[in-house]
Amino acid sequence: MITSFILRALEGRIVMTVAVLAAVALAIPASNLLLSPDSALHVPTYAMSLMGKYLCYALLALALDLVWGYCGILSLGHGAFFALGGYAMGMYLMRQIGSRGVYGNPLLPDFMVFLNWKELPWFWHGFDMFWFAMLMVVVVPGLLAFVFGWFAFRSRVNGVYLSIITQAMTYALMLSFFRNDMGFGGNNGLTDYKEILGFSVQADGTRAVLFALSALMLALCLVLASAITRSKFGKVLVGVRDAESRVRFLGFRVENIKLFTFVVSAMMAGIAGALFVPQVGIINPGEFAPANSIEVVVWTAVGGRGTLIGPIIGAVLVNGGKSFFTGAFPELWLYALGALFIGVTLFLPKGIVGTVQSVLAARRAVKAAAGRDASENDDRAPSQVQAAE
Amino acid sequence: MNLVRSETRPKSLLYLDGVSVSFDGFKALNSLSFVVEPGELRAIIGPNGAGKTTMMDIITGKTRPDTGQVVFEDLIDLTKKDEADIAQLGIGRKFQKPTVFESHTVWDNLELALNRKRGVFATLFYRLTAEDRDRIEEILATIRLSHRRDELAASLSHGQKQWLEIGMLLAQEPKLLLVDEPVAGMTDAETAETAILLKEIAKSRSVVVVEHDMGFIRDLGVKVTCLAEGSVLAEGSIDFVSNDPKVIENYLGR
Repeated sequence: MITSFILRALEGRIVMTVAVLAAVALAIPASNLLLSPDSALHVPTYAMSLMGKYLCYALLALALDLVWGYCGILSLGHGAFFALGGYAMGMYLMRQIGSRGVYGNPLLPDFMVFLNWKELPWFWHGFDMFWFAMLMVVVVPGLLAFVFGWFAFRSRVNGVYLSIITQAMTYALMLSFFRNDMGFGGNNGLTDYKEILGFSVQADGTRAVLFALSALMLALCLVLASAITRSKFGKVLVGVRDAESRVRFLGFRVENIKLFTFVVSAMMAGIAGALFVPQVGIINPGEFAPANSIEVVVWTAVGGRGTLIGPIIGAVLVNGGKSFFTGAFPELWLYALGALFIGVTLFLPKGIVGTVQSVLAARRAVKAAAGRDASENDDRAPSQVQAAE
Repeated sequence: MNLVRSETRPKSLLYLDGVSVSFDGFKALNSLSFVVEPGELRAIIGPNGAGKTTMMDIITGKTRPDTGQVVFEDLIDLTKKDEADIAQLGIGRKFQKPTVFESHTVWDNLELALNRKRGVFATLFYRLTAEDRDRIEEILATIRLSHRRDELAASLSHGQKQWLEIGMLLAQEPKLLLVDEPVAGMTDAETAETAILLKEIAKSRSVVVVEHDMGFIRDLGVKVTCLAEGSVLAEGSIDFVSNDPKVIENYLGR
């Protein structure tokens, strides 16, 4: 009874969040494009892009929640999937520059000309086509997650060991992307974009569309994640988190369950990265930094893991705080982040949404118990009832 | 092994022959041989470290034996299979510590255990059918948890968690149930009820119970196998086994 109530409330919460995101996707671009800059309600373009960035982070946190909150896999390398999605988008944007680069080479991006390369490396082919690049946004992170997960989950690497190797994975990728001869622009990364699908990436209209797409994509992935977690598969996921061996002895292939979830989550992270890059205008190997992936864990923990909506709230709040602090008191930000993490761990172990949920559930339980006392008198042991045939 | 049998029913459900396994030089099982007949209820006793849990680990695929044969239904070599395969073949296992999904309701626990397709996509698009609903209701009645079906498993008492786990095993529709210390931590009344429940269950499938509680084993009134130091010390009725001088010296007398 109680659970079905909670579940129903959760479903309502998902619908509510989707509605809020849809409203944001309409209202913010509308105020940016339609209202005059003097209006009090006008959202300047830089603020819109900043909020768009938060939405991408929120999608990344949602992706992490799917594997960490529901399946118990604490990935400290989700930034890698985000960055790979971002690079796929960045490569498309680089190819769109064409002969407008500093060196004016119609085929090669500037950094390749600078490195004296004569032809396009094989893995840059196809990225001039938008559809191919968008495919790679999900395929590349998905493939990495598949290969990584295939080995890790099959050999039953669990807990802190798994976290450490995910961290090593993103660190190794960072080091390789820093190298010039990897062919991804070295430590400068990919930047100086001009156009996306023929629209200037600087134009307010393009920015507004990118913002709206970020909000809508977040809503879409939220619904998908909710559908996954509310299915029987989602219940198995939670089972894997809480009692993995029980799931195994019930006959489920735990490694396949984890692999599927990890790949879906990596693809979501890739989409987040792809939406992030045109809004901030650059992707560089710094996005692979281990600290970035750990920050995602902080957002998720602050918002409440295993709640889907919590990580979205956490990502927006923490990043909003970061923007405020780094502007107003730049030297204090790291202390604030540290204090936040300690504070949440000590006082809100379930995060913001998790705490609100358990308060509501407790209140309902009290009410339900009052109603049940009358009928509750049959708490005996099982006896000669017909055993299962 | 002779695979050609005239009978349609297999002669033995589970057959262990000369199974040995050692961990860091310690011989947990030492040439253990042991047969479970179809429809049999068997109790296993023995001192700590006798290899009872290791034996279950080997049968369910958690541990691989160093030597020896483990054969299910006279045909299937269990040493080549993993936990999920073995569970799907029809061997269910109850752990020593009650292991249920605490953050799921009693109902969801049983729904997950139900013997249905367990693939990723089959579970993603699973819908509860009327047949499955009836089956879950039936199991709820058997384990006497019908009135708590919508509560979280975490809120159950220790004894109720044990029964829920047994219910989950029933939902799996196993041919063989391995039950590790089902009455540990139960009250006397719960213990007696559990004996009745297991006897009922054994009417339609084989059950192997590992237990320390001699009173409980007497209640079951079945063939008893006493393990010590990784092999079978004695086998027979509870009175026969408990009067065996070796058993008294190794286990009961201590």
